[in-house]
Amino acid sequence: MSTPRRTPLYDLHVELGGKMVDFAGWEMPVQYPMGIMGEHKQCREKAAVFDVSHMGQVELRGADAAAKLETLVPTSITPLAEGKARYTFFTNEQGGILDDLIVANAGDHLFVVVNAGCRDQDIAHMRANLDGVEVIELMDRALVAVQGPKAVDVVSALCPAAADLTFMQTTLADINGVPCRISRLGYTGEDGFEISIPEDKAAELTRAFLDHPDCAPAGLGARDSLRLEAGLCLYGSDIDTTTTPIEAQLNWAIQKRRREEGGFPGADVILKQLTDGPARKLVGIKPEGRAPARHGVEVQLTDGAKIGEITSGGFGPTVGGPVAMGYVASDHAVTGTEVNLIIRGKSHPAKIHNLPFVQQNYKR
Amino acid sequence: MTLYFTDEHEWLNVEGDIAIVGITAHAAEQLGEVVFIEQKDQGDEFEQGDEIGVIESVKAASEIYAPVDCEITEVNEDLEGNPGKINESPEGDGWIYKIKILDAGQLENLLDAAAYKELIG
Repeated sequence: MSTPRRTPLYDLHVELGGKMVDFAGWEMPVQYPMGIMGEHKQCREKAAVFDVSHMGQVELRGADAAAKLETLVPTSITPLAEGKARYTFFTNEQGGILDDLIVANAGDHLFVVVNAGCRDQDIAHMRANLDGVEVIELMDRALVAVQGPKAVDVVSALCPAAADLTFMQTTLADINGVPCRISRLGYTGEDGFEISIPEDKAAELTRAFLDHPDCAPAGLGARDSLRLEAGLCLYGSDIDTTTTPIEAQLNWAIQKRRREEGGFPGADVILKQLTDGPARKLVGIKPEGRAPARHGVEVQLTDGAKIGEITSGGFGPTVGGPVAMGYVASDHAVTGTEVNLIIRGKSHPAKIHNLPFVQQNYKR
Repeated sequence: MTLYFTDEHEWLNVEGDIAIVGITAHAAEQLGEVVFIEQKDQGDEFEQGDEIGVIESVKAASEIYAPVDCEITEVNEDLEGNPGKINESPEGDGWIYKIKILDAGQLENLLDAAAYKELIG
């Protein structure tokens, strides 16, 4: 194992009392002294700052970059209006998911953000398959997420242009004189921004956000409980090369033209599942008791028949109890269905639940 | 009363052949906010090292092990409704079991406060 990498905000995390852990080869704060519950609630009620600099930021440059990227993903990138971002995923020939990502039309290039754990593999994948497209990994930029109902106040206090963005819009703007890319999106279910900042200014701007009275730092622990309540997939847990986008209920990210034309890896498998319906579906699962059901827990019908498995689960601070997601046989993927979760050999009652567990509060 | 510790971060407060068992303040701090505890039943018997419960924090699940051969004589049932007591008072109200020690000789292999302090650095 190589030594974990550090983001430009490492020293700030340590100064703020962050408990540092190795995550996907990066030394990241799992929580600060406030604790996961407090940080989670901070984000739901006010605003929280997350360091997500471990994610890969990539520029794709070249004529037809968008059309070429479409050969790797099932989402329409042509047309994608300038200043708009979309959620999509790289698929493989079996219809599985290689990674999920955000792609934005940044005018003269595409701006792509990929998961930390898939970063090297994704870049190699794009370099190998996007002929004539320059794939530029931005190594000198931090990525900071400001999330929560007060995120717009925190960011627009320093950059009024941020308030003009709506959900899934992106723009270049100066924050305290520092040129940044500001995108109105996130991974918490709340309104908020992800801001790409030159690395030498990252700590300075993060401190400026934290100076706002409604803003506090939050770590990976809260990021996970927030996204889980919001019903957002975690790559490597809920989606991977063995799950298709249709099983994962990501049909909405495959637009009409792409359904008609195909032309992406695994299109035969994915489009067939779209038509016929998948054999299993990703659903929310709400344990009735207090025991959290985590990745790998078996889901059974009340008669004991196995119908699936939990892919992520834990305690939802806003829900005030355990929440989970998992795949179950499509016949039983019906809200309200009573199931049992086998946690450490014991059966715990639960119900299939609509996703998300909490209302998403995006600025549409 | 004599206080013992295990290298699995449990404490035992021993009086005669009875001990109160819980997890250490260090363990509670490492776990983070406890949201659930699964306890065994009164009357259950265990050998040293057997799993005797699971504590779930917001972060992860973590097992509790029998510090010595024992029979559970009392379960702290307050924890079921208020598992956060383990964080608030891990070495007080957050106790987990009262046990009857079935092999007192095993206490010799446990740590005293100084040795435990050294273990956690």
